[in-house]
Amino acid sequence: MDVRSQISMVFHLDKCIGCHTCSVACKNIWTDRKGAEYMWWNNVETKPGTGYPGKWEDQDIYKGGWEEDGKGSIRLKGAGKPKSLTNIFHNPHMPTIDDYYEPFTYKYLDLIEAEAGDIQPTARPVSMITGEPMDIQMGPNWDDDLSGTPDHARKDPNLEGLSEAEQEAMFQLERMAFFYLPRICNHCLNAACVASCPSGAIYKRGEDGVVLINQDVCRGWRMCVTACPYKKSYYNWNTGKSEKCILCFPRLESGHAPACMHSCVGRIRYLGVILYDADKIEAAASAPESELVERQLDMLLDPFDPKVIAAAKANGVADSTIESAQKSPTYKFVKEWDLALPLHPEFRTLPMLFYVPPLLPVMASVTDAIDDERRQKIHEIGKKWSDDWIYDTSIEELFGTIDDARFPLEYLANLFSAGDVEAVKSRLQKLMAIRLHRRRETVGDIDEAAVDKALKNVGLTGRRANAIYYLTSLAKFDDRFVIPPAHREQAIEMLDGDVGAVKGETGFGFKRGTNKRGA
Amino acid sequence: MNLFDTFSLVLFPYIAVAVFVIGLAYRYRKRGFTVTSLSSQFLEGKSLFWAVVPFHIGILVVLLGHLAAFLLPDVILAWNAAPLRLMILEGMALIFGLATLVGLAGLMYRRFTNERVRAVTTTMDVMLEFVLLAQVVLGVWIAVGYRWGSSWFASDLTPYLWSLVTFSPEVSAAAAMPIVVKLHILGAFLLLFLVPFTRLAHVFVAPLHYIVRPYQQVIWNWDRRKIRDPRSGTSVR
Repeated sequence: MDVRSQISMVFHLDKCIGCHTCSVACKNIWTDRKGAEYMWWNNVETKPGTGYPGKWEDQDIYKGGWEEDGKGSIRLKGAGKPKSLTNIFHNPHMPTIDDYYEPFTYKYLDLIEAEAGDIQPTARPVSMITGEPMDIQMGPNWDDDLSGTPDHARKDPNLEGLSEAEQEAMFQLERMAFFYLPRICNHCLNAACVASCPSGAIYKRGEDGVVLINQDVCRGWRMCVTACPYKKSYYNWNTGKSEKCILCFPRLESGHAPACMHSCVGRIRYLGVILYDADKIEAAASAPESELVERQLDMLLDPFDPKVIAAAKANGVADSTIESAQKSPTYKFVKEWDLALPLHPEFRTLPMLFYVPPLLPVMASVTDAIDDERRQKIHEIGKKWSDDWIYDTSIEELFGTIDDARFPLEYLANLFSAGDVEAVKSRLQKLMAIRLHRRRETVGDIDEAAVDKALKNVGLTGRRANAIYYLTSLAKFDDRFVIPPAHREQAIEMLDGDVGAVKGETGFGFKRGTNKRGA
Repeated sequence: MNLFDTFSLVLFPYIAVAVFVIGLAYRYRKRGFTVTSLSSQFLEGKSLFWAVVPFHIGILVVLLGHLAAFLLPDVILAWNAAPLRLMILEGMALIFGLATLVGLAGLMYRRFTNERVRAVTTTMDVMLEFVLLAQVVLGVWIAVGYRWGSSWFASDLTPYLWSLVTFSPEVSAAAAMPIVVKLHILGAFLLLFLVPFTRLAHVFVAPLHYIVRPYQQVIWNWDRRKIRDPRSGTSVR
């Protein structure tokens, strides 16, 4: 057992309001630089939608992630030793700026400096690359809230496997539903970017699992851009180096939550340590597609198990980190409560950012009130909202709505469980049962026996349901972010000796200024 | 031997090699951030393919050919003993030389006409491209106009280059060469001279070590043994 610690994240999608505050917080701190304007280390996508860069999930186009090699193991789909070296002059699978969008600004000064005249002055958009006037074609969230559905939502790669009728149903105006998917680097255990880097510039930090690109070692061979299936490694066209989310490690090291998490309006984000068995990485990443989620969760270790604690200590994990793991909200959501799932496990990178699948777009099924038979099934509360259409949020048939969802579970399964509908359904049923339980506690208009049955069906006790409710809805800052002390000072003393020499060196940036391109 | 010969065949080679070695070592160690291929594929990826691939493959083969004549002149001369083999070698050299030329012309055309690529073009890039162009044109000219270069390089220029290496310059053979060849020699050392100051540095960080390294890399900030050792002054428990 090779116990390592990983700072992992959980995003509770029911709580995301799609405000992009996380993206802006991140942009202001890290990517407001020449060559990085187009990068959104954190971005929020509307699902269904094509996302950013367009159709990033379609690996037939982008060739990201790992694939089975037919010999029981896996290989990088679009990079790897033979491909990276032969494609080094020209990488055939590399996305270009147009797959993201050409960054732009406006000539605001024209508004002030224009001559007096009969026509209002305008601020023309100009490219942030060439400085020339341009027609804006695309932005990082062009498909927000289902705008441009024919071009975006209908081309969502996750619709694969859904029947024509199911797809049509999703896009009927009356039934339309969507949710938001905030995305940052997944800080994977089997990171494709690390594996693809010919220079060896990308690495995973042993202490906390943050995946970083050493800017002094990166030579701009661009393979990580192809290899990352989440397209979270970006090429800076000005410096000729690749960059990615650093999980705000300078903030983590001083005990602060990452900027995107700290600023989250919906408080959807959780961050904490998870201990895992690094010996199982290879086997878990090579597992058959149907077992991927299960095998990944199987790697995560119980931080209260004395054997795990002893192995962790022997492996150089600090006591403070083990303590953090015991208090970790992410461990609870992912392992203890089985509520969260990784994004696209079929990419086989073992992502360590987990999502609690959204219940709302699934259960808020609209029922034709004229249909008497279905109307009978609707709870009294629901009937009060009755017009011609009813948002059916509370139903006597406890799990009726989930099976009858207006948002096909296959779609969610394509996103979060490599197509395993049961994995998504069991988690949604849990969320539903907790809702019913809380409704009984706070409103008291639901049948006791039915609620008990619902809890029992999903294997929850009232107490645990309350704990989940607490962490979901009431949790305070320190409950949501349990950050282990980084012991950075000891690390520096150990490796460098001279603590004063590295003062002020931590963080992402350039000690020598950013305006120089090459030599 | 006139002043031009002394400068271009003795003095400048030494200056160039010294600047190359010291400059590249300094840049690699102290300014590692600037060592990159500065690829512009991200800004324009389609037409790039047709220029960058012939250029790189062409120049690599030609460069290795020159290196072979420098390091293994006897092997080259023995190979060239049969006319057919000589023709094959020279033919290949010319083909790859032309590929380099065509590729470079394409790269330059792209760099000057594509607005986005122009936005990331520095003065040094332009200068380097013209030096390279001159060097490749001279090379192709020599290949066509002064036949069987592989043989006379191995027999006449290799001893000259080795005399530079051993610090006992013997330039009579090189000085007797036509001016085109002399300019090609000067160009070669000029390119070496430019390495520390241009994107050419990326040639010397070619990622060949990728072949032997494991795919996943984990780096620890602290020493995993010491960090839990109570006897160590820096343990954290």
